[in-house]
Amino acid sequence: MEHIRTTKVEQVKLLDRFSTSNKSLTGTLYLTATHLLFIDAHQKETWILHHHIASVEKLALTTSGCPLVIQCKNFRTVHFIVPRERDCHDIYNSLLQLSKQAKYEDLYAFSYNPKQNDAERLRGWELIDLAEEYKRMGVPNSNWQLSDANRDYKICETYPRELYVPRIASKPIIVGSSKFRSKGRFPVLSYYHQSKEAAICRCSQPLSGFSARCLEDEHLLQAISKANPANRYMYVMDTRPRHRVQSWWATQKDIGRIIVRISSKIWNDEKIRESDEKKRLNAMANRAAGKGYENEDNYSNIRFQFVGIENIHVMRSSLQKLLEVNGTKGLSVNDFYSGLESSGWLRHIKAVMDAAIFLAKAIEAESASVLVHCSDGWDRTSQVCSLGSLLLDPYYRTIRGFMVLIEKDWISFGHKFSERCGHLDGDPKEVSPVFTQFLECVWHLTEQFPQAFEFNEAFLLQIHEHIHSCQFGNFIGNCQKEREELKLKEKTYSLWPFLLDDQKKYLNPLYGSQSQKSAVLEPNTVSFNFKFWRNMYHQFDRTLHPRQSVFNIIMNMNEQNKQLEKDIKDLESQIKQRKNKQTDGILSKELLNSVRPESPALKATLSLKEQALLPVNDVLRTIEGSSPADNRYSEYADEFSKAEPAVVSLEYGVARMTC
Amino acid sequence: MEFAELIKTPRVDNVVLHRPFYPPVEGTLCLTGHHLILSSRQDNTEELWLLHSNIDAIDKRFVGPLGTIIIKCKDFRIIQLDIPGMEECLNIASSIEISEWRLSYVNKEFAVCPSYPPAVIVPKAVDDEALRKVATFRHGGRFPVLSYYHKKNGMVIMRSGQPLTGTNGRRCKEDEKLINATLRAGKRGYIIDTRPLNVAQQARAKGGGFEQEAHYPQWRRIHKSIERYHILQESLIKLVESCNDQTQNMDRWLSKLEASNWLTHIKEILTTACLAAQCLDREGASILVHGTEGTDSTLQVTSLAQIILEPRSRTIRGFEALIEREWLQAGHPFQQRCAQSAYCNSKQKWEAPVFLLFLDCVWQILRQFPCSFEFNENFLIMLFEHAYASQFGTFLGNNESERCKLKLQQKTMSLWSWVNRPSELSKFTNPLFEANNLVIWPSVAPQSLQLWEGIFLRWNRSSKYLDEAYEEMVNIIEYNKELQAKVNLLRRQLAELETEDGVQESP
Repeated sequence: MEHIRTTKVEQVKLLDRFSTSNKSLTGTLYLTATHLLFIDAHQKETWILHHHIASVEKLALTTSGCPLVIQCKNFRTVHFIVPRERDCHDIYNSLLQLSKQAKYEDLYAFSYNPKQNDAERLRGWELIDLAEEYKRMGVPNSNWQLSDANRDYKICETYPRELYVPRIASKPIIVGSSKFRSKGRFPVLSYYHQSKEAAICRCSQPLSGFSARCLEDEHLLQAISKANPANRYMYVMDTRPRHRVQSWWATQKDIGRIIVRISSKIWNDEKIRESDEKKRLNAMANRAAGKGYENEDNYSNIRFQFVGIENIHVMRSSLQKLLEVNGTKGLSVNDFYSGLESSGWLRHIKAVMDAAIFLAKAIEAESASVLVHCSDGWDRTSQVCSLGSLLLDPYYRTIRGFMVLIEKDWISFGHKFSERCGHLDGDPKEVSPVFTQFLECVWHLTEQFPQAFEFNEAFLLQIHEHIHSCQFGNFIGNCQKEREELKLKEKTYSLWPFLLDDQKKYLNPLYGSQSQKSAVLEPNTVSFNFKFWRNMYHQFDRTLHPRQSVFNIIMNMNEQNKQLEKDIKDLESQIKQRKNKQTDGILSKELLNSVRPESPALKATLSLKEQALLPVNDVLRTIEGSSPADNRYSEYADEFSKAEPAVVSLEYGVARMTC
Repeated sequence: MEFAELIKTPRVDNVVLHRPFYPPVEGTLCLTGHHLILSSRQDNTEELWLLHSNIDAIDKRFVGPLGTIIIKCKDFRIIQLDIPGMEECLNIASSIEISEWRLSYVNKEFAVCPSYPPAVIVPKAVDDEALRKVATFRHGGRFPVLSYYHKKNGMVIMRSGQPLTGTNGRRCKEDEKLINATLRAGKRGYIIDTRPLNVAQQARAKGGGFEQEAHYPQWRRIHKSIERYHILQESLIKLVESCNDQTQNMDRWLSKLEASNWLTHIKEILTTACLAAQCLDREGASILVHGTEGTDSTLQVTSLAQIILEPRSRTIRGFEALIEREWLQAGHPFQQRCAQSAYCNSKQKWEAPVFLLFLDCVWQILRQFPCSFEFNENFLIMLFEHAYASQFGTFLGNNESERCKLKLQQKTMSLWSWVNRPSELSKFTNPLFEANNLVIWPSVAPQSLQLWEGIFLRWNRSSKYLDEAYEEMVNIIEYNKELQAKVNLLRRQLAELETEDGVQESP
């Protein structure tokens, strides 16, 4: 590797991130082609994948050496002190090179080899089949069909080849509409709700600066509304905050009017029914928005709804602020909460959640189809469509279903993973935690509905790990076309089969209560229900975690129960056999002349077997907090050392007198 | 009390005796009323018979589960006993240890200290006369008494009221002697003053004060700042008000949560308790805790330190005993503090959610160590309810003296007698509990502390799904027990059949 000049540095110190008195571990730092590895004196290994590195910083030289601070995309932060500045400089330079690759082909996935043959690899890629998924939803059907318009990525480069559109939408309409929409992302089906016959559709914004009207686009919208026999009303949800699209709003309103005109003609005879409907809709909209509804026309069949999710730049700086706050040493409660507030992070999470709830309610309560868009229709639109479907459809709350959901609404519809995650050395302004927010919303749902999800938190964290790791091909590239060009299916492996193999780790032991498993989730988004996701943003700061995990214990107990059930069956059949044999034995006793020596094992059976039960919880119930090594005593001592000339400083359980 | 009554573990097997110039002897250790006996139960080795009165000092050490007691005798002999099992070792040690503490009835008539119980534990070296003098030097007559004895190393937590030094630096030799009596030769102790230094200094103008270094050279003073009275009450009022507002947006909620300062108080109290526990367990030093009166923040600190250090206080009975000892007997004025809660507008001077803050802190530790407590969240909620309004006499009155005058024992029922009924206990039992003998150190980082939803959001949201999940968890645990029992039964059956077979097949 041409970038690596120093492969091993000894006597490197790893500082505790939160210690105010520079508590540290000493060990050896190794630099490999793919990882940075630190092995401390207790042989504990810390592996950092180069692709996970978000930033490397070399701080001013100190008496003990040269500090090197590495921040990772999975929110690990490590602070090394390298004794010699030259070594530090070498490592720093190497990491700068290795963490920002210029071409896709240099990413880990292209060299990662999990020892599978080509057939296995291909099977892995075929594990998630979206055509199968649309079939599961019930399309194609009499109203929706597969369109071949984008088969060669001619209409829209960032959409997948296979798109589902209303049956009555002809190809010229699609082409026309795509010309009116930003990046050609015309309205297509994202999710079809079979029993409500309503659809979630997605697109990008109409092009401003264009003539205010596009008949084809209007036709397509109308076709979507007509494809829903249950309710001709449809919502157009603009996921952006209203103030950011003022100028654009005017155009949008016009389309509304036009369609209103057409539709009021068509459904003139349905006026009475409509006005009732309208009241209900209005009420619902008001409920969701907390204010009046904009469209002034009483007989409209389109309702515009703004939900106010901020753009990628706002989200990026919000996360930045959040990380700054929670990375502070000796953080006070007040600073934590005011930082949490001013970062706006939870406000943004709530906005995404509220939008998804609005979407789910429109379908569930009104059987109304919804068209969702933002600007380009690959960030906020993906968040809202996927989260809304997850609320509605229990399938997406299973392990496999969740993979399908990500494949569909994120990967295939062109969420720009490589740009948003900064896989390559590119424009830092394109990086944004949009997908992380989606995972966080799902986590919040698992908190409110502990029995509704087949998977657990570890599953979400693992997926988050791999959107940045570039170890698997799934998240490399920005759209399907690009992925095909990169030949990812031939050159890399898919993440999903590996997660499925490890399924046991990701199962929620409480999953399965009927009331939550199959229901449409109606989360309560009152502010106090949103909490800071410690296990994500402090995943690697073990000292901040609960010392015993109820979840792990229950998970293991569930596993043990399965084993015990099996044991019981085995034992019962053994007993049965014995009994049969005994009866046989009594009958044939006279025939037996030989004396078998008594097995010594038999004597021991009674006493031994009873203890042989799996000691399942022993390992898990080891209490981390009780070991002085992984505890932070400085926290307790911090305050008093400020209050008066320090008397003692207690740390590591070893007190140091500093007076 | 006869010595024999102090013997918790009269016999331990597999004890190894080490004596200089003798080979180690493994045998059974017995404690009798007068002797410590070690016998290998073989004819050729001699037995060790040691009079308790010959013991001059003992030392304890632990390596993993193996405990070692070193006995230094009055005839200068030194012997070592290796005892398997921490519990056994501690029991033996505490039985043969010469107690440096005594029970004093100096407060029998509540005359020396109106807020203390009739019986208190004080150093043996200090007589009742001295205690009376010390009482005049401490706020409210609250002279230093034993709060907790850390069996592992013999260190203690004491608590008291502030010393009444005043502006001219009054001192009290008996007070100094009393607390010095708890120190080992050459060892330092810590005084944890729950007030910031400037508050403690201001207190001198009102006749209070703090221990001057010059007069207490063996003690290091640490000032913390745990709030009291109206500041806590206002914090509670703000927090409850904010939790009741369902319509506020995220920013407002977070800023109100912050402005209530409730979690700041939680952090401060927990931090101080951890510091106290740390002094004892890690520093091997005794501590004295006090604020002004020694009836509020002092008790929060001493009782939480015990939760951290003492496994027994994490059991239901142990926690009840802790509340009885450290809150009721110790004279926390429940009547005054819990007269009003968060909604009442009338301004009262003495209300403060001191006890609720303590329960909240326990809940925070419970959250972090969900398997280390025998009781669950409901138990804490129940205690909160009864502290504020109860059909039982337990939390009535401000101290023992008042409770005696009110004849509560004759006229009312004790909360504990109701709680401890099996039908009630089952509601408060933590299905995940697995006793652990360790010290449990919680994290006090803001990211690790949480709003106690069971109390503050209890009436503001439906907990249906959470309750269902909890039930499911209990089901899994119950089912596990059932299956284990069944497997054991079947294994036994099978083994019996196998032996029967063996017998049948033998000639």
